[in-house]
Amino acid sequence: MISQVFILSSKGDHLIYKDFRGEAGSDVVGIFYEKVTALTGDQPPVVMSHKDLHFVHVRQGGLYWVATTTADSSPFTIIEFLNRFTALVKDYCGSLSEKSVQMNFALIYELLDEVVDYGYIQTTSSDVLKNFIQTEAVSSRPFSLFDLSNVGLFGAETQQSKVAPSSAATRPIQSSREQGGKSEIFVDVIERMSVVIGTNGVLMKADVEGEIRVKCYMPSCSEMRIGLNEEFSIGKSQLRGYGAAVRVDECSFHQAVRLDEFDSHRILRLCPSQGEQTVMQYQLSDDLPSAPPFRLFPTIERDSGGRLLMYLKLRCDLPPKSAAINVCATIPVPKGSVSLSQELSSPDQSAELKLQNRAVDWKIPRFPGGTQLSALFKLEVPGLSSASMLEVGPVGLSFELPKLTVTGLQIRFLRLSPIQPGPSQRWVRYVTHSDSYTIRI
Amino acid sequence: MPYLGGEDTVRELRRALSNPNVQSDQLRYRNTILKVIRAMSQGVDVSGLFSDMVKACATVDIVQKKLVYVFLCSYAALNPELSLLVINTLRKDCQDPNPMVRSLALRNMTNLRLPSLMEYVEQPLTAGLRDRAACVRRVAVLGWAKLHNLQPNSEIDAAVVNELYSLLRDPDPVVMVNCLRALEEILKEEGGIAINKPITHHLLNRLSDVWGQCEVLRILQRYRPQSEDELFDILSLLDASLVSPHPQVMAATLSLFLSLCSGLPAVSLAALERVRGPLLAACGSVSRELRFTALCHIQLLLRSLPGLMGAHYKRFFCGYAEPAYIKQRKMQVLVELVNDDNVTMLLDELKGYCTDVNTDTAQAAISAIGRIGRSYSDRCLEILTGLLALKQEHITSAVVQTMRDLVWVCPQCSDTVCLALEGCEETLQDSQGRQALLWLLGVYGEQVSSAPYTLEVFIDGVRSEVSLGVKMELLTTTMRLFLCRPAETQDMLGRLLHYCIEEEPDMCVRDQALLYYRLLHCGIEETQKVLQGRRSDPSLGVLIGRPSEPISQWACSFNTLEPLRQGTVETDSTSRGSPEHVTFEPKPNTDLSDTLNFSLTLLLFLGDEKMEEDYMCLEEQIQFPAIPHCSPQSLQAAMQLVNIQTLAFTPPHTLPWRVYLYTHTQHAGDSPHITLILGELLYTGEANQRAVLKKALKGFLSILTTVLHTLSSERK
Repeated sequence: MISQVFILSSKGDHLIYKDFRGEAGSDVVGIFYEKVTALTGDQPPVVMSHKDLHFVHVRQGGLYWVATTTADSSPFTIIEFLNRFTALVKDYCGSLSEKSVQMNFALIYELLDEVVDYGYIQTTSSDVLKNFIQTEAVSSRPFSLFDLSNVGLFGAETQQSKVAPSSAATRPIQSSREQGGKSEIFVDVIERMSVVIGTNGVLMKADVEGEIRVKCYMPSCSEMRIGLNEEFSIGKSQLRGYGAAVRVDECSFHQAVRLDEFDSHRILRLCPSQGEQTVMQYQLSDDLPSAPPFRLFPTIERDSGGRLLMYLKLRCDLPPKSAAINVCATIPVPKGSVSLSQELSSPDQSAELKLQNRAVDWKIPRFPGGTQLSALFKLEVPGLSSASMLEVGPVGLSFELPKLTVTGLQIRFLRLSPIQPGPSQRWVRYVTHSDSYTIRI
Repeated sequence: MPYLGGEDTVRELRRALSNPNVQSDQLRYRNTILKVIRAMSQGVDVSGLFSDMVKACATVDIVQKKLVYVFLCSYAALNPELSLLVINTLRKDCQDPNPMVRSLALRNMTNLRLPSLMEYVEQPLTAGLRDRAACVRRVAVLGWAKLHNLQPNSEIDAAVVNELYSLLRDPDPVVMVNCLRALEEILKEEGGIAINKPITHHLLNRLSDVWGQCEVLRILQRYRPQSEDELFDILSLLDASLVSPHPQVMAATLSLFLSLCSGLPAVSLAALERVRGPLLAACGSVSRELRFTALCHIQLLLRSLPGLMGAHYKRFFCGYAEPAYIKQRKMQVLVELVNDDNVTMLLDELKGYCTDVNTDTAQAAISAIGRIGRSYSDRCLEILTGLLALKQEHITSAVVQTMRDLVWVCPQCSDTVCLALEGCEETLQDSQGRQALLWLLGVYGEQVSSAPYTLEVFIDGVRSEVSLGVKMELLTTTMRLFLCRPAETQDMLGRLLHYCIEEEPDMCVRDQALLYYRLLHCGIEETQKVLQGRRSDPSLGVLIGRPSEPISQWACSFNTLEPLRQGTVETDSTSRGSPEHVTFEPKPNTDLSDTLNFSLTLLLFLGDEKMEEDYMCLEEQIQFPAIPHCSPQSLQAAMQLVNIQTLAFTPPHTLPWRVYLYTHTQHAGDSPHITLILGELLYTGEANQRAVLKKALKGFLSILTTVLHTLSSERK
């Protein structure tokens, strides 16, 4: 049961406040913000209490989405509700930000009104909600084709070197109502990997969490069939086909997905509802089908002048046609590091010493497969001792691999039936990203 | 929000709202109303516009209606008279052919929260229950709950309750679940809705939408199946939702499973195995809040099934970008998962976190290594000593505290620890770390060659010392060192005692110094008897290798906010592991490495006059169901484990047998203060407790109860 829901900006501005049960005072927002600001660091605990009030919050789009509730309510329910609510707001407003929430507050009030009654969650399905929601979304900027111009259709190469990040389709779902011609469907295969590579270059841990996300802008879509690789298999026993198998450990589907053709032909059938939904989730642990995308060869030493020399060679083991983008390597450095001088192999890279994080951030905007980059960092560390070397590393990498899935999962085809009248566009996009790719030194 | 200029805005808005030109132009009218709502949600008081807004609600434009209702519901309580005007429009809307308008009107009618309007609301609500459209019925059903809570003392209308019960068979699943919710609220006094066999099976066979499902599963926890067959029927129905991809369904199902199978531990354990997959999946979710929730619940599961996640320990490695609260939980889980095969990997990983930028994370990693050290001391000590070389304040302090805790449990580590201590004092800044160092020096003084020199530095700086704890610890340490190395220490002990007795402003320190001074007069043997307490407690090792608890210990807190909050308490308590403080941990047996040599110190708090002034008496009597008649020694030992000291007890076999207990606590909360708790335990079965603070008392009692329970279970 939810007593209140409110949205706060990170600066503490009240954006939305809705009291469902009229039981607690209205200063709860103030109490919550006081609690947040009283803490050091920017990571307040998920659950905070003040007398009988319990605040549960999630942070998305730089905003606090808070629900107040009783002690015995289920945290899974509340957090999943808040997550679902943010997803709805994103669907209806196009994007999640302070600005879009501020501009669409009437729409959000309307959503909240339909989604929760008297603190009880009624429905969060966009199919049901679309009949009730009347307010039009206000986009913070007009939607233009330019945003989509760099999306690869069916994984095809585009001219631009930069590929849109995983969230290119940011427009409100309802605008499709008037612009009748603009009926589109996006199918994204998104994988997140977390990897730990040991000092000797041995892969110590590799997990992949993937999902297939459908974002549908079609006002009515009867049935969609998504065909996956035929040789896709779940679990260890079930290997099939002759080619290189695409294997995952565990797999779960959205309840609307019908699986009658899945066992024989690896086809998912579903009627997508408007907005974004995850139709399939899967995991793979400890067994990557290909080599991990990055290897690091570090040499770290002290020079005679008491400086710390870090010579880093980073190799990208992707296939030559692919490339990683937005690569950022974070190298922790000893406390007390004062300044950094750098030699990088190309001008588009950059490196910076972040004193607050005690780390050097090495940014590589584009890193083609099969190549190797090197960097030499010289750090001025007063009072550098041999023990300080302990503080260097492990290196953390974050990156995006567009048009690539590490598990090898592909979408063979995407069919809508019956064939939609008028122009409809189907997009398939692949992306793998990681914010937890650790290489020990 | 001053820049919005409250009054001017309101005046401006009122002018616009009453302007006929605006009113005739639908778009302009709607935009003006939008501005009102915007001002409202930004915190401007726009209640003055109530009458204008009432007029605006008579419109065919649904968007405008919705906006006006948002406004009206917020301000109705301030304008009960004017709200009467709205009721007419609302009642008319309830007759509207459009079901959306009907449900909207009905919902807002009940959201006005005005008891005076109740008589007008009942009729449309009754009609709403029989409406053709499901969306109206959904609203009407909950409307009755709202109505009831507005006037909780009013009589319950049996006809309505019956109607609600019959609506449990409504074809719409949300109506059904709303009926459950409404009945729960209306019948709260009677313990909620009556769950019988037909209702249970009806509900179980109609689990559909995710949110409703959670609600139904929660309510079904009250149902007790009549036979074993029925129980297993229910369990097999639930089996599929146990591995649901929606974590909230999985958690609700497991909760129900555990409550149904409370008598069948084997089935419960099998259910825990089943949810491993979904829980691990939730641990890897995109939403970090969900990941955190799943982690906290995994900790609960591990209490009963320590081996549950053994093979998946790598899933609990921390990501670089994860927030500190997740990292700390993951480390707590990792410590539980250590075994011979993975210890090298785990320690390697934890070592990486010790130099984390976030000092809390770093310290948590160091103490996690210390915990592992209880079973794998050599490897851990190697890492810990390596960290000392970094010479960083927070790391050194955490390492020294960890070493103290480790030595208390594993005395065989003392040689390595003593070697490592050399030179630490230069880096240590905080009082916690220095207290730990002093304790180690006092207890293992004969093994640390430089101990007297280190102490001398402390004693020379005692004048500028601010921490009370450090001063007290310094006194004890110097006394202890004097006992084993008198020649080197005598002079500085004299200086320290002189300073503390003559110049020290703090009463506690002075009293302790006086006590030691007098103790020395009694002769060295007496002194030795008092000061050479235990230096370690290997028996704790048994408590640490955690035995698996029965599931019932935590089943009631599963899927509540409780497991998520425990962490915040732990991180808040800054007094972690400090010898003379009791930290109120939910699991008192995990952090027991505190040292217990301060019985004398604590005694002296009684002499504190200031204390007498603030003395406030609070008496509370509690009953322990089964107090064992155990020997005073075993009781004392058990109490000491949780830092409760026995003041005195009557000789055994006298009745009533009395024990006087005391302890003191430190609150890390808003205003740090120390609370002294005194207690009298009577064997006749009651105990008088006196305390200065109720909160502290509660914690004390819970620990006391635990101890007594443990004792009584051992007796059996």
